[in-house]
Amino acid sequence: MVEVDHMSITRRDFLKAGIAVGAAGLLPQSYARRAMAKDVLKIGVILPASGVYTQLGIDIANGMRLYFDEVHNKAGGREIVLINQDESTDPSVAVSKATKLIESDKVDLLTGIVATPSAYAIRDLVTTAQVPLVVANAGGNALTRSRKSPYIWRAGFTAWQFANPLGTWTANNMSKQVYMIAADYAYGRESAQGFKDAYTAAGGKVIDELYPPLGSPDFSAYIAKIAAAKPDVLFGFLAGTDGTIFLRQFQQFGLSKYVRLAVIGDMVEENTLSQVGDAALGAHSTLHWALLLKTPENTRFVQDYQFRFGGDPSVYSLRGFDAARVIVEALNKLDGDMSNKTNVIEAFTSVKFESPRGPFSFDPVTHNIVQYVYLREAVLTATGVHNKVVSNLGLIRDPG
Amino acid sequence: MLYFLLASGFSLIYGVGRIANLAHGTFYMLGAYVGFTVAHVAHSFWLALVAAPLAGAALGWLVERLLLRRLHGRELDQVLLTVGIAFMLGDIIRAIWGADIRSTLPPASLSALVPIFGIQYPAYHLFVIAVGAVVFAAVQFALRSPLGARVRAVSSDPQIAVSLGVPVQTVRSATFAFSVGLAAFGGAIAGPLIALGPGFDLTMMLYALIVVVVGGLGSVAGALVGAIIVAVVDGFGTLQFPQFATFLIFALMVIVLSFRPQGLLGKRG
Repeated sequence: MVEVDHMSITRRDFLKAGIAVGAAGLLPQSYARRAMAKDVLKIGVILPASGVYTQLGIDIANGMRLYFDEVHNKAGGREIVLINQDESTDPSVAVSKATKLIESDKVDLLTGIVATPSAYAIRDLVTTAQVPLVVANAGGNALTRSRKSPYIWRAGFTAWQFANPLGTWTANNMSKQVYMIAADYAYGRESAQGFKDAYTAAGGKVIDELYPPLGSPDFSAYIAKIAAAKPDVLFGFLAGTDGTIFLRQFQQFGLSKYVRLAVIGDMVEENTLSQVGDAALGAHSTLHWALLLKTPENTRFVQDYQFRFGGDPSVYSLRGFDAARVIVEALNKLDGDMSNKTNVIEAFTSVKFESPRGPFSFDPVTHNIVQYVYLREAVLTATGVHNKVVSNLGLIRDPG
Repeated sequence: MLYFLLASGFSLIYGVGRIANLAHGTFYMLGAYVGFTVAHVAHSFWLALVAAPLAGAALGWLVERLLLRRLHGRELDQVLLTVGIAFMLGDIIRAIWGADIRSTLPPASLSALVPIFGIQYPAYHLFVIAVGAVVFAAVQFALRSPLGARVRAVSSDPQIAVSLGVPVQTVRSATFAFSVGLAAFGGAIAGPLIALGPGFDLTMMLYALIVVVVGGLGSVAGALVGAIIVAVVDGFGTLQFPQFATFLIFALMVIVLSFRPQGLLGKRG
């Protein structure tokens, strides 16, 4: 017969009961805490990780990371989680990546997109799914004109915003006769058209136009045609390897001595200048930024980027930086709550801030950025050939 | 001429070793990047022209000795292996040199314009033509030498060659190394004329294949003829119908394949 100690059993029971009550008391509190804590913000980032635009993808991603780190990786009180996908150079691949991000990863919003054809390809998908898309780079006009969407905001530029002011300026400041060359794809054609319209409206005359296919390894046939016409000024838009090869051959065939360049900024941006050097010396170009642009935000941006990544930022880094800021500013306005679509659209559209490139805002109808466009000239400095800002062509708003 | 330098190595190794080296374009690109760096660092373009083929040949020797030799006789497997090498090497190149677009500066001595037949032509372009001609002559001469005879023996009948005391394995390795070295040399020479960026190796591989199909697989003279024809058609196309220039080259390839499948100067089988 075991003697039962009623006191100890009672104490043990009391302890057990106490623990049970305490746990019961804690449980509803932990559920409540979880309900108050916000979900992470999942952002799908579609950028090229392969092919000729790879470096652009890397730069944009770096710019984004720089900004997100500045705000301690939080937007609207929610922690930012980036899900990266390779845009590649094929629009159908961009569509399948976007579909995956929306349907299986269930992202809250999308950003990135370097190539215009890819942007056009995912426009419908994004609009039907009601997932906000902040386009960092793709510049095809239609994306914020005939194909605009309530859910797409363009933080980069349109072909028109760079080409139109260039056309007017070139006719008034360089020559009334121009030869034109532009890459044969949507963005190249739109740039040429935008330039031509403004140039002829300002009294200029176009001698002829050439449209080499994208990815041409050799431009000597085109150079021969240009040389035969002996133009005063050449308008150009060729990017990537096309731009580099063309500028090299432009110099090798001696045209750089007597033909002046009036081109879209991306063609003579810092990364190209570092490779072709004095082939582009004296080139006038329009762009919404320059490495040497003197605004307090830009000085800080360039310094922070150099410190973080060990090299100069490119205009693509800038575009990524601003796209990230758009997302954070909008989410902060919404306090992280994206459930009401009308509020979401209003929050994104009303984003306004001082970017390294100048004032940043969206047009309420087209959702395209309204920004300064600068006229730059490629000059020789102590550190090589760089773009110097010659004049500010004012706030340029795409007509839509 | 660039097409010739690119395609001749490919044609050569196919003729001798029956290996369709689909990493050929990537070796060409490697030569271009090595040339770019050596020219930049050592400030000597000429040194780059020596360093690139040596690097290429060394890599080619290693690839043949360690990888391809194990798959002797299994041609499809060899082709697949070279495809794998192409992708791997492409990524390695990108890891080392980055994804940004690069361009090599031509040497100052060749940067002038030369008046030829009434037009001003860049000296460097003429230099490339001259180099191509010299390489062609040198290869043809070498093939007729005793060393070349061994190479030709191995290519026409390896078994008899073995029985005649020709070191077949060594000849194969050496020819492969030479062909890769030639590709790398082509890439280094091309440096000042093109832009180096990701994916450029695949573009070059495509052109090499077209040239070889048109000119004839296995024939170095065929590579020259094919290169000239492709370049002329390409140039004519870009001048007259820019939108169809690429189509024209492929159309040319299809026509040659339909009427003369072994290429204009190719040997059957």
